[in-house]
Amino acid sequence: MKILAIAGSLRRESHNRALLLAAGELLPVEVDFELYEDLRSVPPYDQDDDLEPAPLAVMRLRAKIADADALLIATPEYNSSIPGQLKNALDWASRPLATSVLRNKPVAVIGASTGAFGAVWSQAELRKVLAATGARVLDVELAVGHATERFDELGRLGDTDLREQLHEVLDVLHIAVQPAETAAAA
Amino acid sequence: MTITVDATPVLPAGTWTIDPVHSQVGFAVAYHVGTFRGSFSPLQAKLEVGEDGNAKLTGSVPASGVKVQDENLAAHLQSPDFFDAERTPEISFVSTAIRPSGEELEIDGELTIKGATLPVTARGKVGEQKQYMERPYFGLELQAAIDRTRFGLNWNNPLPNGDPALADEVAITAELFLTREAVR
Repeated sequence: MKILAIAGSLRRESHNRALLLAAGELLPVEVDFELYEDLRSVPPYDQDDDLEPAPLAVMRLRAKIADADALLIATPEYNSSIPGQLKNALDWASRPLATSVLRNKPVAVIGASTGAFGAVWSQAELRKVLAATGARVLDVELAVGHATERFDELGRLGDTDLREQLHEVLDVLHIAVQPAETAAAA
Repeated sequence: MTITVDATPVLPAGTWTIDPVHSQVGFAVAYHVGTFRGSFSPLQAKLEVGEDGNAKLTGSVPASGVKVQDENLAAHLQSPDFFDAERTPEISFVSTAIRPSGEELEIDGELTIKGATLPVTARGKVGEQKQYMERPYFGLELQAAIDRTRFGLNWNNPLPNGDPALADEVAITAELFLTREAVR
């Protein structure tokens, strides 16, 4: 099983990036976990550039999504919604809609914010966007509020409850990538 | 060429299969200011009518066979937001009771969409039986209404005035062109 993790924030010390790394630490060794580090390179979506071959960063992003069994996306909240750069990357990845790499791709959305609510509105928006692309959006949520207090100096998620919730998210993601019959029965 | 017309008994005995080119299953749902329509193909269906008049209708279409006028919309309809064609590839119907009354009939049955099986009643009309080159034919037209949300097809988007863009009630129509082996 291969998980591609995408943080919606570009900042080096991003809490959402830290949250994804914490998720990676919780996964069993046989799971291949890759943090996507190239969000900054994806150019602004322009239909004039939406040709074959796609821009290099877009080609790489699409290939990474296609190669992954599932996506784990952690989003911050900007003005009650998702960061423009994340939306932009998903817009690129979703094209052409009928055959895009996001179709049927299991995706779990989580989020961290410095405020009390842990990017819940942004997570809802992200789920809506992903569903419109044809992705298999999983019915999970993890809201890490007060993010500045949640990680220790080594970047680990300190709170046991949150670690447990993150475990549950990863379990649901794991079940979702099983063959259709197994997942439907679960 | 000769075409003869029978005084058609309601649901003639035999095992009837459909001519898939001239049969179709369609749906219509209120969307925004109008009615949005689509269809499914290929359709498979069979009507078995015993000598005692007992009848059973079965049919299925692939969820991936949803036909609308835009390929991107067809892709959205096949996604987990709607039919989830990857996980639940088949839409099927099995009748549990058929009640003919003159040219009209009512069919109770179980409809399975997106893995959810629910009872549904269709009403319709039996066409007159005709024969061409010793092969009998007749038509069956059926209508039913379902609440798509009961099958887990919950997608919606509020319009600026707050009303949902897409109605929950969906009208389903089946126009079946039935035939069976020639009677020698």
